[in-house]
Amino acid sequence: MSQQEPTPADAAYRVFVSYIDKSRIFYQAQGYERPYRWAYNADSPFTPPAKPLGESRLGLVTTALSLDVADDVDVATLPVESAYAAPLDPTPQRLYTMNRSWDKKATHTNDLDSFFPIHRLQELVAAGRLGSISPRFYGIPTEYSQRTTREVDAPQILEYLRHDGVDVALLVPL
Amino acid sequence: MSLAARHLEANGIATVVCGSARDIVEQAGVPRFLFTDFPLGNPMGKPYDIAMQQAITALAIDLFESVTCPRTTVQAPFTWGDDAWRADYMRVDESNLQALRRAGERRRARQARARHEGRVRSS
Repeated sequence: MSQQEPTPADAAYRVFVSYIDKSRIFYQAQGYERPYRWAYNADSPFTPPAKPLGESRLGLVTTALSLDVADDVDVATLPVESAYAAPLDPTPQRLYTMNRSWDKKATHTNDLDSFFPIHRLQELVAAGRLGSISPRFYGIPTEYSQRTTREVDAPQILEYLRHDGVDVALLVPL
Repeated sequence: MSLAARHLEANGIATVVCGSARDIVEQAGVPRFLFTDFPLGNPMGKPYDIAMQQAITALAIDLFESVTCPRTTVQAPFTWGDDAWRADYMRVDESNLQALRRAGERRRARQARARHEGRVRSS
């Protein structure tokens, strides 16, 4: 078999990856005794969009950082994180992702649009499918404390979106 | 990120989450979720594959209009190709147990140092 041929997924098992299972086993092997308790909700809020998409302003939310630093920067020198809003004009050339948990062996984040689809969204605005894109984009930390996300970061993002007149939000975690 | 989507949605802003960690997002419970079954890092399509990125972004945007009830997951119709990443990511086996234990010790030391130097969030 050549290396290019896909390895078939084993359908005797769940094919899609459970990151809850993987991370529990991984951090247990690293010596963390208490497994992380992931957010679990039996229900979800639901709000239909207020306007047709062609008249709506979209806000793009990422877990990447708006920092122009080298990938191999010492993470100890990075600023303490918080939710942020940053201008989209000019469109950022890159976002910093190396302190996030993504598959650094299988892929890379050198193409912004693979995780921050700003140019693809701009194309949809040009085609009339979307009304507009907010003049700023938004970043939210991947926070261990769910309380901090719920009570600090999420309200801050809401405030940014309201300030910018955003109607609908596209959230893309890495 | 799922918790932020819930907060926005509860406050009148419709949301779509695009991601590759299906179990984490579904367990948190979000209104609209576009799942791309790729290694973590490229939920909007393979790097430099503009056609795929266009298709996934369009699919995500469509969910604002097409989804009529919360907790709806739609899976993007793409495969990564090679499936080796599924087993490789965060792999734990006999061969790396000791290395993982040492990496954990280094990580805890880094975390303790960050706390000591005040490089952590106060909230």
